[in-house]
Amino acid sequence: MGNYIPDTPQEQLEMLKKLGFSSYDDLYAMVPEEAKLKDLKLPEGKSEMEVSQIVSDIAGTNTIYRDIYRGAGAYKHYIPAIVKTVTSNEKFLTAYTPYQAEISQGVLQSIFEYQTQICELTGMEVSNASVYDGAVAAAEAIFMCLERKRNEVLLSADIHPDVRKVIETYCESRSVTVTTLKSNDFRVCENDLKEKLNEGTACVLVQSPNYYGVIEDVEALTAIVHEAGAKMIESVNPISLGLLKTPGEMGVDICVGEGQPLGLPLSFGGPYLGFMSCRKDMMRKLPGRIVGQTTDHDGRRCFVLTLQAREQHIRREKASSNICSNEALCAMTASVYLAAMGPDGIRKAAVASASHAHYLKERLAELGFKACTDQPFFNEFLTESPVDVKKLEKALADKGILMGLIEGDRILWCATECNGKDKIDKLVEAIKEVL
Amino acid sequence: MKLLFEISKTGRKQSLLPELDVKETVFDQKYLRAADPKLPEISEVDLDRHYTELSKQTHGVNDGFYPLGSCTMKYNPRIDEETGSNAGFTQIHPLQPEESVQGCLKVLYDAEKYLCEITGMDGMTFEPAAGAHGEYTGLLLIRRYHQSRNDTERVNIIVPDSAHGTNPASATMAGFKVINVPSNDKGGVDLEELKKVVGKDTAGLMLTNPNTLGLFDPNILEITRIIHEAGGLCYYDGANLNAIMGRVRPGDMGFDCVHLNLHKTFATPHGGGGPGSGPVGCKDFLKQFLPGDTVKEENGVYRFTTAENSMGKVRSFHGNFLVVVKALTYILTLGKEGIIEASGKAVLNANYLMEQLKDLYQVAYDQTCMHEFVLCLDELKKETGVSAMDIAKGSLEYGIHPPTMYFPLIVHEALMLEPTETESKETLDAAAAIFRELYQKAHDDPEYLHNAPHKCPISRPNETEAARNPILKYESD
Repeated sequence: MGNYIPDTPQEQLEMLKKLGFSSYDDLYAMVPEEAKLKDLKLPEGKSEMEVSQIVSDIAGTNTIYRDIYRGAGAYKHYIPAIVKTVTSNEKFLTAYTPYQAEISQGVLQSIFEYQTQICELTGMEVSNASVYDGAVAAAEAIFMCLERKRNEVLLSADIHPDVRKVIETYCESRSVTVTTLKSNDFRVCENDLKEKLNEGTACVLVQSPNYYGVIEDVEALTAIVHEAGAKMIESVNPISLGLLKTPGEMGVDICVGEGQPLGLPLSFGGPYLGFMSCRKDMMRKLPGRIVGQTTDHDGRRCFVLTLQAREQHIRREKASSNICSNEALCAMTASVYLAAMGPDGIRKAAVASASHAHYLKERLAELGFKACTDQPFFNEFLTESPVDVKKLEKALADKGILMGLIEGDRILWCATECNGKDKIDKLVEAIKEVL
Repeated sequence: MKLLFEISKTGRKQSLLPELDVKETVFDQKYLRAADPKLPEISEVDLDRHYTELSKQTHGVNDGFYPLGSCTMKYNPRIDEETGSNAGFTQIHPLQPEESVQGCLKVLYDAEKYLCEITGMDGMTFEPAAGAHGEYTGLLLIRRYHQSRNDTERVNIIVPDSAHGTNPASATMAGFKVINVPSNDKGGVDLEELKKVVGKDTAGLMLTNPNTLGLFDPNILEITRIIHEAGGLCYYDGANLNAIMGRVRPGDMGFDCVHLNLHKTFATPHGGGGPGSGPVGCKDFLKQFLPGDTVKEENGVYRFTTAENSMGKVRSFHGNFLVVVKALTYILTLGKEGIIEASGKAVLNANYLMEQLKDLYQVAYDQTCMHEFVLCLDELKKETGVSAMDIAKGSLEYGIHPPTMYFPLIVHEALMLEPTETESKETLDAAAAIFRELYQKAHDDPEYLHNAPHKCPISRPNETEAARNPILKYESD
């Protein structure tokens, strides 16, 4: 019904006639008759009012939980109102990749600001303009480290399972050997790392806080990795960096992560963004768009897409990556979020997330949810359960609570600044009813 | 204008989070960062104004004609943004129990059903987050297929010389060797050259049809037959699907798998370079290799399943889900008639604009085009010294977003124009008049165009300097 074509059918016919055609079909004379579609089996078009109702009804069959204690790669943080209003601006929303710098300074400057903020947050020297998500960022970081004689990667056992799967898929196609390091009480086993590192190791990838929330001793691991001449990649939760030691401070070569916690809603998994930052000497190996500062012909400061000699539209099969579209609007979202929060706000979010999680762990322990480790953790932790986990999930769901993620017969809990003391106390009461 | 970091003043902040209501967790010093990150400290009002100022320096689809070839810059309907912002989607955790996300699964299920019908495919994944990501995924399907048959000699992917740069780059990433095949004098694939390069080492062909010259290759059935007979598979780059949707399907042209750009053909916004969505569809025999979860329906209940020989995953969770919601909204609105009308008008608009320019500008291949066409400014440059870049920058003076420049690579001084179906006759007439005026200007005052634009927030940037001496973040003094 709607097709967003401005001209009336009569006007369209006049345009066709002006070109010597009598119908739209005439425009497709080059298409072989036998390949033409006779009947497109789609429903008929509908009015905006009908479509609005249909999609709203579909959304209505999803359950929105009031309180969420589930993280595992996607985190419910508070999103300041300004974040959504800025990024809904029609210009930011609809513009294409800023190839034409003269009319794209808004997008270009915002990416330059994003790159600076990511560098500040991670303690690294250079950032790109984003990639698809944290998992692809990890895979792309591994590709940055490959050398002719170094074609193996070592992965920590306790990284996000989706990140592992994406890495394995990417590495298979490039014939890169992926080996998993032993885990010792939910941390990378240093002895195993020393044993497995060899002259063919290109890099080691560690997540900290890891999938189970545990803070790894990245500094010590990095020293071991560098000793063997390999590169260190750390995957981080960006909110944790409001408080925790930065990859830059710990000597890491490439920092990657899932940027969703920086102002992006959960959205059933996307759009999110992968951030990537690295040391300056690896700059030309970064995949994707990078914005740089320069001057225009009148000497004014301005911003452009730069170092394009790495990219597919110039280098084709020799490009550092095939990436073209990235997640620019999500990067802007993260940038507005970080600007609104400021150093004080990001620190507060980190402290509140960690403190709420530690309070939650204590209260759950009182109910018999025994923590699986006593290692230092940020805002996630794994417990055993004194009650059937499925039964508990169902009972809490009925009260509008999404509990931690079920991992076999254990539960991976998460708290952020959104899970305050009152809410946690209510959760505890609700659990007591099930015990 | 100032950067966020230059507006920042120590101690300024916004009141966003409450005071801590539990005991503060204190970490061992060895885990803590030495100092807070030097993020800007800005009041809400100053921050809001900063972005309003940035938005004034950004050209969006509503700022005017946006004929950026190959990018399908059609209007992005408002209703799609509204449905994509529904809390029933945005507040859903990707790892919720299946019974609590039936709506999300229905979105994926319906989108798959409709997009399979439009492409002539049998199954689809929504994991790929953009077109190039989809290309990579499609090539991995081809790789898995040959591996499953122990056909390990098939290492070559054939790509026409007119292809998007992402095609060869994706092929390399997927572990293949790229074989370029030249175009014939009509802009299509040279069949004789194609026959020369196919063989036992052919894994597949990547092709967009219509191609990047905006031309539909009439030999398409012959091309895909040649590849199939050599034992290879055919991959359809869906970047140009807007020309043919509802009229001819990749599946009926002999293609085995395809990626779509929902952010082109299905009207979801580009966001200044993403988020996009690049779902990959395939024929039945390749479904077993699809990545991640696909949705099945039984008695009105939706559930995720994983293909038996799945390649694994190419992105976490389920891809750029909200983009799929927007694209589904668009498909429901257009329906069977609207989809066909959209492609027809896209092709009409391109031909209509081309017709009004071709007495002045040389058209690279003078024949009925599809949704876009390519001008060759070689002659103009020889006559006047004015390049494709100069004309493109000149169009900025008139509020037109420049066409794609210097692409495809096989046309010298190329300008590629794609009007899309959402532009009216008046807009096209006005744009034609402007490009004609620019042609005249090239003869009358070439210097003016060499220095264009004159009325934009900045003049031409020094890109060489940017690359030679990279400044990639703000440094405080």
